[in-house]
Amino acid sequence: MDSLLKVENLQMHYFTSKGAVRAIDDINFELMPGETIGLVGESGCGKTSLGTSILRMPTPPGRYVGGRILVDGVDVIPLPEREVRKNVRWQKISMVFQGAMNCLTPVYTIGRQMMETLNEHSDLSRSDAESLITEYLGYVGLPPEIVQRYPHELSGGMKQRAVIATALFLKPEIVILDEPTTALDVIVQAQIINLLKKLKKQFSLSFMFITHDLALEAEISDRICVMYAGKIVELGTNAQIYGTQGPAHPYTERLLAATPRLFKKVEQLQFIPGTPPDLIDPPKGCRFSPRCDKAFDKCFQEEPPLIEIEPGHMSACWLHRRG
Amino acid sequence: MTDTILSIKNLKKYFEPHQNFAQSITGGGQKKPIKAVDDISFDIRRGEIFGLIGESGSGKTTTGKLVMKLIEPTSGQMFFDGEDVTHLGKEKLKEYRRKVQMIFQDPYASMNPRFKIRDVLEEPLIIHKVKGSIEERTKMIVQALEEVKLIPPDEFMGRWPHMLSGGQRQRVATARTLILNPMMLVADEPVSMIDLSTRAEILHMMKEVQKELGLSYLYITHDLSTARYFTDRIAVMYLGRIVEIGRADDIIDNPLHPYTQALIEAVPEPASGKLDIVKELPIYGEIPSPANIPQGCRFHTRCPYATEACKREPEPELSLDSAEHYHACRRAYEVQAEKKRAG
Ligand SMILES: Nc1ncnc2c1ncn2[C@@H]1O[C@H](COP(=O)(O)OP(=O)(O)OP(=O)(O)O)[C@@H](O)[C@H]1O
Ligand SMILES: Nc1ncnc2c1ncn2[C@@H]1O[C@H](COP(=O)(O)OP(=O)(O)O)[C@@H](O)[C@H]1O
Ligand code: SF4
Ligand code: SF4
Ligand SMILES: [Mg+2]
Ligand SMILES: [Mg+2]
Repeated sequence: MDSLLKVENLQMHYFTSKGAVRAIDDINFELMPGETIGLVGESGCGKTSLGTSILRMPTPPGRYVGGRILVDGVDVIPLPEREVRKNVRWQKISMVFQGAMNCLTPVYTIGRQMMETLNEHSDLSRSDAESLITEYLGYVGLPPEIVQRYPHELSGGMKQRAVIATALFLKPEIVILDEPTTALDVIVQAQIINLLKKLKKQFSLSFMFITHDLALEAEISDRICVMYAGKIVELGTNAQIYGTQGPAHPYTERLLAATPRLFKKVEQLQFIPGTPPDLIDPPKGCRFSPRCDKAFDKCFQEEPPLIEIEPGHMSACWLHRRG
Repeated sequence: MTDTILSIKNLKKYFEPHQNFAQSITGGGQKKPIKAVDDISFDIRRGEIFGLIGESGSGKTTTGKLVMKLIEPTSGQMFFDGEDVTHLGKEKLKEYRRKVQMIFQDPYASMNPRFKIRDVLEEPLIIHKVKGSIEERTKMIVQALEEVKLIPPDEFMGRWPHMLSGGQRQRVATARTLILNPMMLVADEPVSMIDLSTRAEILHMMKEVQKELGLSYLYITHDLSTARYFTDRIAVMYLGRIVEIGRADDIIDNPLHPYTQALIEAVPEPASGKLDIVKELPIYGEIPSPANIPQGCRFHTRCPYATEACKREPEPELSLDSAEHYHACRRAYEVQAEKKRAG
């Protein structure tokens, strides 16, 4: 099967006055039709940056430094913006932005804000656009009257449903969901996850699901991609990451240990002391080495390559080569 | 000295509804009070971590504000350390606020970027007019930093907020509350973007501090997953009422109220094999408005086990099940049996 999306050696840096922030530093992965790939990692590891890069919308002062993003076999990086608007963004790939539900403009109705997105990405007539909006509100479980409401009149769950509907209007194949449930309580979160599973089937979508919560990722992602400091450190199937054998990379292991479990009584919660590094000047060798309790000499000298440790399971750690 | 630090009796907080412009012209839309907290009672013991759990809109933050005395109750009573604190004059209120501190669990907000850590910690001493020489104050600051394990304190005192990680900022925020020697802390966890690892670090630190200093906590959250580790007892709140209360282990292992059961089932667990399952939660729709609380059992509109009686009969009161475990569901045992039969 051919991949829908293929990211090759992607590098995207933010060129700040203090230097280049290497937020995306040589990323490779593929997304297959109908697949959900999960992107996890702590705050500041580059998850959102990867999402917006794939949408061909890096946030200024971000610029592509190298690599390719193949959508249906075509590299979208060199395409002119007009072309991207007409054929790629929202048509093939759309995104539910991190915090989008809290960024709705308070003075405009929901309907008006949905209409604006449609106008920006298509040339539908007003009446066609209106019926499209009504249709999609139905798919996400909202009544049509909601178009007349203002954001503050809706609950968090309703706002997020509206944002999801807006991402689906133009029948994209891929939807990037950036922390779509982080600002919601657990019950609404579970309802949104169910909705996403339903929509994925109904419209044969592929998802890229971004979150810092490994427990949530287990519910929805076929494959899990773990990012640390601008790089992929582990990539494996749901069963490889969450199965009895446990993940392969020390960072994933520590992240999983820091994920609270309702039915497991623990004396102490685990956490990873320290924070991800400054990406202007990341540590030499393995970027996780300053926080890794398994680090040895080589880790501080040379960067470990991402290698296949079993079929379909990649990890970047010197321990795999140590024998 | 009793073993209860805080006692809440039949506390209510009703807000006046906002009337929108159209309603105020037409006189339409009858004004119904917003019953954010609708008759709750509970005790927090000395040295206890007490969890208050529920969805957004269940009234947790309003309860926290009542306990902090940031708002006045509509009715009911509050006792702190054996004293009636329901209504306090200005001086007494100031004293109360020293003993009961709010801790903001958002490491990325609420810290003046132009204050060094020393100044951040000295500010509450100035606000509360704590007397003392520079040396005495420095001693208090050093002690507070040591209590939250920001060591060496001298080094941290000279840093700016931007030089700290999220976890370290939270430690500073905690040190800031500890410097006034409080007896109780109220922590309202916002639904927020904090990493799980940072959150675990914060809870770990707060528990260490609590053990060391024998403090009492009111910990407010929508997520049960850390509650078993962090809390001693839990009250589950729904639409202004407490519907279940008990020891943390009992609430999680043996939930009696259907609402608690739904909250538990909603928590994702990091395990494989759940991809193709659409997890049907045992709860319908969204939480109703506290201006329109359903008649009968207030949960009946969302409860999969509701019967006619649940709608018509008066609302069930909290009743004792076993040691310290109370619930407010008239069908609790039938529901248990039904669930067992269903497997
Ligand atoms: N517009 C920008 N200018 C400069 N640096 C940026 C910009 N946006 C992000 N960064 C930096 O790039 C790195 C990756 O940020 P990104 O937002 O992609 O992380 P993330 O994994 O999505 O984090 P979170 O979980 O907090 O959303 C961070 O070091 C961040 O500070
Ligand atoms: N100042 C206020 N005026 C009117 N309604 C309020 C006010 N504060 C809270 N509410 C309402 O009371 C209910 C409970 O709110 P809150 O205590 O914030 O719940 P939680 O913290 O559990 O999310 C909500 O419906 C909220 O909109
Ligand atoms: S390469 Fe070394 S430092 Fe990096 S994760 Fe593996 S053991 Fe830890
Ligand atoms: S009393 Fe009835 S409606 Fe209320 S929780 Fe129990 S079964 Fe459900
Ligand atoms: Mg992000
Ligand atoms: Mg709240």
